[in-house]
Amino acid sequence: MRSRDLGFRLGTGAFALVLVLIVVAIGVELTRQSMLSIQKFGFDFWRTQTWNPVTGEFGALPFIWGTLYSSLLALLLSTPVALGIAVFVSELSPARFRQPLVFLTELLAAIPSIVYGLWGIFVLIPLIRSIETALPSPLAQLPIFSGPPVGVGMLSAGVILAVMIIPFTSSVAREVLKSVPVAQREGAYALGATRFEAIRAALFYARTGILGAVMLGFGRALGETMAVTMVIGNTPKISASLFAPQSTMASVLASQFTEADTDLYLNALIEIGLVLFVITLVINALSRLLIWSMSRSRTRVRARATAVEAVA
Amino acid sequence: MSYRTVIRRLVSSIFVAFCALSVLLALVPLAFVLFFVVSQGITAINLDFFTHMPKPVGEPGGGMANAIVGTLILTTLGSLLAIPIGIMSGVYMSEYAGSRFAAAARFAADTLNGVPSIVMGVFVYGFAVLPFKQFSALAGGIALGIMMIPIIARTTEELLLLIPNSMREGALALGATRARAVFTVVVPAALPGIITGVLLALARIAGETAPLLFTAFNNRFFATKLTQPIASLPVQVFTYAISPYADWHRQAWAGALVLVMLVLLCSLLARIATRRLEGLH
Repeated sequence: MRSRDLGFRLGTGAFALVLVLIVVAIGVELTRQSMLSIQKFGFDFWRTQTWNPVTGEFGALPFIWGTLYSSLLALLLSTPVALGIAVFVSELSPARFRQPLVFLTELLAAIPSIVYGLWGIFVLIPLIRSIETALPSPLAQLPIFSGPPVGVGMLSAGVILAVMIIPFTSSVAREVLKSVPVAQREGAYALGATRFEAIRAALFYARTGILGAVMLGFGRALGETMAVTMVIGNTPKISASLFAPQSTMASVLASQFTEADTDLYLNALIEIGLVLFVITLVINALSRLLIWSMSRSRTRVRARATAVEAVA
Repeated sequence: MSYRTVIRRLVSSIFVAFCALSVLLALVPLAFVLFFVVSQGITAINLDFFTHMPKPVGEPGGGMANAIVGTLILTTLGSLLAIPIGIMSGVYMSEYAGSRFAAAARFAADTLNGVPSIVMGVFVYGFAVLPFKQFSALAGGIALGIMMIPIIARTTEELLLLIPNSMREGALALGATRARAVFTVVVPAALPGIITGVLLALARIAGETAPLLFTAFNNRFFATKLTQPIASLPVQVFTYAISPYADWHRQAWAGALVLVMLVLLCSLLARIATRRLEGLH
């Protein structure tokens, strides 16, 4: 290698190093800034559920609960729809509708979170409230429907999150399906399979990648901030009810960060940020691993994932 | 036809119908959101919205001139930070695609892409706001810039890999150094693609609110100083949306309409740039 080429390699490599350093810096910086809270509360921070900034008591369990509840609810609502879209676009749709459908579903990812939130406040919440009010009273006795029907709360958050993660799951699932060999489907048809049976076989063949696609959506839902903050009600209380106003890790950061008046309060909030960072990092890494291990045309699926994330 | 076959065909038809229904189910919220943003926004938007400052509570009218300028300043700052780092690291990742360090950089880019935007805000707050005890446009620009880097880096990488190797080899055969071959032959050929990456990154961050909440913060006045807090469209929409005033709600819808148009414009331009690139090969 000529020395000038070495200069080129090192020069561009230095910029690539910046990327790695930023990731490391996020982890280090968030840990450093939350030391006060980590030392004072230790693991109890994640086991106790009293969040009272006035008395200096900080337990983050309600936020973990809210984050998992809202994300799993979103996953439950969005996964069948997202996979349905992926199957329709890649297996069933006439070729000329394919491109427009891809464009339209990916448009869902292009709308900013704040716009979903605004729509949530003025359109979705009144709608959810009227659905909640119309619930027949025997059902309203169940714990998951307890509490007054205010519209603001877990159900609204889950619905809005579901809409927001559909494009992520469906586009990755679509690319994964594309990488299933055609011979696989032809074989199924040759044996007399119906469309459903052939597609079921393809889905089964692609199961690792599909799981990766679902996890990618999950990772998105965990960290989604503005739309959730605007509709969930921001109440740090653990409740099984879909109607109850609750709070997520991201929403407590958005709503309380600038109000933090003591160092301990600020450190406690930053610790929540640190854990959110670690969780999303692990979920994203796992989902990418699953998608890659499944897909034979690796670069295409990966490129797709990046492109969709890019417009989100 | 046996009973079993009828059942199998029925299940198959139901499945096909479900898949078609899924597409409709996703398009309904899309149409619903766009309909409200356009119909509510259009009634609230006028020339004043772009040229006037926000009015205090109770006074009707006014606009978001300061927030629009703020968003332009913040996105420019972000681009200044992200474009060089993004493109150069993209060049590295495609030129040395097989190396272990390129894989590490790729992993870092994908990780950064998945970091929740609110966490990015907390991170930047820690080193760009806390030490100076001052919210600033600069901090907001850094937060947006960091979010743009991975998108630009990854699209640059993917698109440089599409350029035929013969072009690079031709330049090298003529005695060019690797740097010269890359910067005078390969990168210019992929330029529409690189522009796509920048536009996609802009489309993603133009509407970002969470990373600005405690970096750029907000400002009721017209600010152009980079060391001062600055208003931005998304944060202004947020402030107005959660306020109890009907007049501010109208302004929020107008702001949302402008944001959606901005994002769609960037995506559309990106699409056109990609078309041109595809036309070249």
